[in-house]
Amino acid sequence: MAIDTQRAQVLTGGEAVAHAMRQIDPDVVPVYPITPQTPIIQGFAKFVADGRATGEIVNVESEHSALSAAVGSALAGARTITATSSQGLALMAEIVYIAASLRAPIVMAVGNRALSGPINIHADHSDSMLVRDSGVVQLFAENAQEAYDLMVMAPRIAEHPDVLLPVLVGQDGFTITHSAEPVELLPDAAVREFVGEYSVPFSVLDLSRPSTQGPFAMPDSYFELRYAQTVAIENARRVIDEIAIEFAELSGRFHPAVEPYRLAGATRAIVVMGSTAGTVKDVVDALREEGDRVGLLELRSFRPFPREAVRRALADVRCIAVLDRSDSPGGRPALFAETVGAVYGGPPIVRSYVYGLGGRDVHPQDIRRVFRDVDGAGPETQYLGLRRNG
Amino acid sequence: MNDHPGGAVLPGEAEQPQTGGWRTGFMPQVDLTQCVNCLLCWLYCPDDAVRLDGTTFVGFDERYCKGCELCAVVCPTNAIAMVVEPDGD
Amino acid sequence: MSRLKNLVRTENGTPPLRAGHSLCQGCGIPLVVRTVLDSIETPKVVVSATGCLEVATTRYPTTAWNVPWLHVAFENAAAVVSGVESAYRALARRGALPQDGPVTFVVFAGDGGTYDIGLQALSGALERGHRFVFVCYDNQAYMNTGVQRSGATPFGASTTTSPAGLDALGKIQERKDITAIAVAHHIPYVAQAAAVHWDDLSRKAERAAKAEGPAFLNVLTDCPLGWGHEPRESLKILNAAVDSCLWPLYEVVDGNWRLTYEPKRKVPIDEWLRGQTRFAHLLRPEGNETAATIQRRVDEDWAALRERCAT
Repeated sequence: MAIDTQRAQVLTGGEAVAHAMRQIDPDVVPVYPITPQTPIIQGFAKFVADGRATGEIVNVESEHSALSAAVGSALAGARTITATSSQGLALMAEIVYIAASLRAPIVMAVGNRALSGPINIHADHSDSMLVRDSGVVQLFAENAQEAYDLMVMAPRIAEHPDVLLPVLVGQDGFTITHSAEPVELLPDAAVREFVGEYSVPFSVLDLSRPSTQGPFAMPDSYFELRYAQTVAIENARRVIDEIAIEFAELSGRFHPAVEPYRLAGATRAIVVMGSTAGTVKDVVDALREEGDRVGLLELRSFRPFPREAVRRALADVRCIAVLDRSDSPGGRPALFAETVGAVYGGPPIVRSYVYGLGGRDVHPQDIRRVFRDVDGAGPETQYLGLRRNG
Repeated sequence: MNDHPGGAVLPGEAEQPQTGGWRTGFMPQVDLTQCVNCLLCWLYCPDDAVRLDGTTFVGFDERYCKGCELCAVVCPTNAIAMVVEPDGD
Repeated sequence: MSRLKNLVRTENGTPPLRAGHSLCQGCGIPLVVRTVLDSIETPKVVVSATGCLEVATTRYPTTAWNVPWLHVAFENAAAVVSGVESAYRALARRGALPQDGPVTFVVFAGDGGTYDIGLQALSGALERGHRFVFVCYDNQAYMNTGVQRSGATPFGASTTTSPAGLDALGKIQERKDITAIAVAHHIPYVAQAAAVHWDDLSRKAERAAKAEGPAFLNVLTDCPLGWGHEPRESLKILNAAVDSCLWPLYEVVDGNWRLTYEPKRKVPIDEWLRGQTRFAHLLRPEGNETAATIQRRVDEDWAALRERCAT
């Protein structure tokens, strides 16, 4: 994906997302600060203060209240966006599940950061993984341009009548949120037109049709009400790709749920989400120069997990290394578990690597090591970049 | 089950379970000659089981009255008494 | 037009909370809900915290609510209403409301969802100045989950997590003065009320709805099950709470304190304790000292309140 550097601005991922919010101009933005998402809310607040956006910012007293207020406003017929990271997302977690069950189409910008403890403010996917069973759509950006693009796409995915779910747009903390890159912004009017008008089927403010929302359900109905959410997120598979195509027509940039990179004829492949996909692309290019047949399958959508697309993309790859920027002590890391499930029954060997927790940098030599070792022996899950023996 | 997203329920579409079965054999009965239409029974009834015509007392709604006796207690003219229900339900 | 007839007129044949719910026989909560909502002329939108009212009135697929109603979780009713109210203002600014005209946002939460788990969200919403009426139906314990003690449970009360027993005399802590906490947020209207003084509650609800900012009502509401009395005794018991000055009725308008009721005769605390099994242990010899402490604290607090209201 080539960025027209003549038209690009130099922006961090956080700033780029703030611009996306400015252009979408949501009605209500309930927020609470946490590193490293703060550039997003600060950027947006400055736009409002300068009259460049009109959203009602609600500076709440905790993230739990931020998402609670977001549910209230989304169901009251107002387009609502919030932003958080790490402990903030953890504190929101109770409400993330409820927001999904109430079908509140909130867009949540996440500066992916490690969950405590110990407390750490750097890039890690454990915060998003905490809510992986909540029923929300989860997208991961590779760089600042994608963070912007996915934010612009997110309201269309969230608000689609067949979906109506919160959408998390994740970007690695600091690595993307605070690193400046060339980013091409769409014209303001183009974004406005792309996202369109917001509506929900039963607004709490529609006095002509009073509704009761957030019911108490006994065993005779909870199961069916929950299943309805599964139907919605399954619909999101199709919707994500439809919106990605529409966005590509507008911008020239295509971000489907999965993106194979030089997988053709690859004997070994890495599966990864987020900024490290960029590092892997560079290493793949270098190794291919040397005649080594390696490739990458980058995932942009973690929920819904694009299992068919993953299975097809990896069908001819003999050996797969799945890189997770989070762990699941006592179990399998999340992306690994999903990938294994997707390719089950097929030929490949699938190995798990946990990397970069708490912002630990991932270097090209680490990626080279993965490609070198993945078809050898070793434990099912390995830890990339971990210092052994203290 | 309805098809509304999120399990939204519209009152016009939703049933009202008839809670009259909660009574334990007693129900309120009014002596209309003593009733002064003060409307306190209407206000105090937790189950909206006092029927009015405008602001005039009409009767009790047996389908929903749970037999709590608050109407009888609050009535300023003692017009309401709790009596054994005819069918001994 | 009497105030009560006005409440009927406001309903216009459609009660905000209709029959068919599963609140207990003689539950004190519907009286609070009906009095408050019918005292407000504008259309209402209700947000509820998890609790008796929420659970018993919205068992899927039924509902007892004829007004727009939203429940999200236990601790966040004030945050949820902050979002709804912010949406209302944002949509009004760009002429995008579904209907024109004012709407009053009313929150109903029990004492648990107000004093304890709900306190943070309440405090934040009050500090930010959203325009809504927060009504705490205070029955002095976590009733829906089985009568566990809350920050609102009075000193000496027996609950399932602060039981009276051979070695204990009920809750050892005094309850929080949540009304004073609300006043400390400098909001336009705060009041303490009791369901049995419905006329006083109705006036307060009307004033609360007209406040240009947050309003907080703390309403003593009886729970026959949790307090241990027959439903028919509830009026007598609530009147004892008010007439003993254990639960004074007052309002604070822009920081100015004013009593709205003074009993002609201040009754001894025993009249409040006597009718409820949750206080039965205090009326036995071993509870006398605790009962005396309660009486003393009530007297001190009442004297302090009168002085505060006099200035």
